[in-house]
Amino acid sequence: MATIRAVHYLNQFFGQIGGEDMANLPPRIIDGPVGFGTTIKAASGDRIEIVKTIICGDNYAAENIEKLKESVLEWVSGSSPQLFIAGPAFGAGRYGMASGSLCSAVKKELGIHAVTAMHPVNPGVELAGREVFVIETKDSAQDLRRSLPLMLGIGVRLVDGLPVGSPQEEGYLPRGVRINVRAPKRGSSRAVDMLLKKLAGEPFETELPMPTYDRVHPAPPLMDLARAVIAIGTEGGIVPRGNPDRIEAHNASKWCRYDIAGVDGLQEGDYEVAHGGFDPVAANKDPDRVLPLDAARILEREGRFRKLNDWYPVTVGNVTAVRSAEKYGREMGEALKNEGVQGVILTST
Amino acid sequence: MIITAIPPIALTVGANRVVRGVAIPHPVGDPGEEPAAELEIRKGLLEKALGALCEPISEQTLFG
Repeated sequence: MATIRAVHYLNQFFGQIGGEDMANLPPRIIDGPVGFGTTIKAASGDRIEIVKTIICGDNYAAENIEKLKESVLEWVSGSSPQLFIAGPAFGAGRYGMASGSLCSAVKKELGIHAVTAMHPVNPGVELAGREVFVIETKDSAQDLRRSLPLMLGIGVRLVDGLPVGSPQEEGYLPRGVRINVRAPKRGSSRAVDMLLKKLAGEPFETELPMPTYDRVHPAPPLMDLARAVIAIGTEGGIVPRGNPDRIEAHNASKWCRYDIAGVDGLQEGDYEVAHGGFDPVAANKDPDRVLPLDAARILEREGRFRKLNDWYPVTVGNVTAVRSAEKYGREMGEALKNEGVQGVILTST
Repeated sequence: MIITAIPPIALTVGANRVVRGVAIPHPVGDPGEEPAAELEIRKGLLEKALGALCEPISEQTLFG
């Protein structure tokens, strides 16, 4: 089999330039392999030859990712490799982010196969995107010996045009890509098999892992409600007439804030439902049924709390990615906190 | 805190203070009621929500 030309990306530490003191090092390109890169040829069964190594300091990479991308794309394209390898970055966040972003850019911009490896919680996993295989590693470099051959193996197969198996078989992190396969047994039999194993206390492997969600420690209670600023908000898509910011009816790409200072209630025709996941008749007739502004004003006037916030946050929570929802929630929380809001009442449809 | 007609979902995704709302398309309203009675329901839910915000909790809690 022909030798595969590859470019290897390393941080300053694995590039044997230095530790944290060299983290501001701008990117450089060197002929041949560096550090453990010298073992890649043997570890890949003599298939991969590192023709160039790119080394960059972690801080430089994190702070100048666009500039780094530009240099790397130019260098990689000038080295005409068949494969781009970044890391493994293990649990190192800055290194992982550089590795993920660069692999994604090399694959997308140059059409060159790219592989990397890191710990599942490394933020670089997300940046690598769906087109890049990310081998799962433990959080420290002790896992190099085990993970390196897996990463190289996938790289070789990509270049050879051979199929890559499932994440479980190959040791990479699921990319969220669905591939149709023909199972030996139909779904109902597989489900019953699983159930029997579960009842018998035997190990079994689900075909549909449930997502895991973050847990947040409960916020402390409001100590003095009568002096608190309270906000209302919703994922039920209550927007001013005509949906001026075009919040999508499903999988919303944004959240918005709308002014309600001096508004005592939401009138039919002034506000409407942008949410595409429930029957909007009742809420179009009276939008207070989803965003309780009229009742909140009454309680404000009665002095139950000091003030209702002058605007409300809204998005559409309909087939919306959990990641987007987390992002919108964080942004809403920050904006409301900056406003001096102490308590938030959200409604969900 | 969150008012929702489907507390199990809110609890699954990690909400800490949850109040049960009326129905999915109108969590804080009930088109079957007279307007005055409906407003009372809505006020009642907000009172419950404010109560939840003032309650010290150490784990996810569904308020009534």
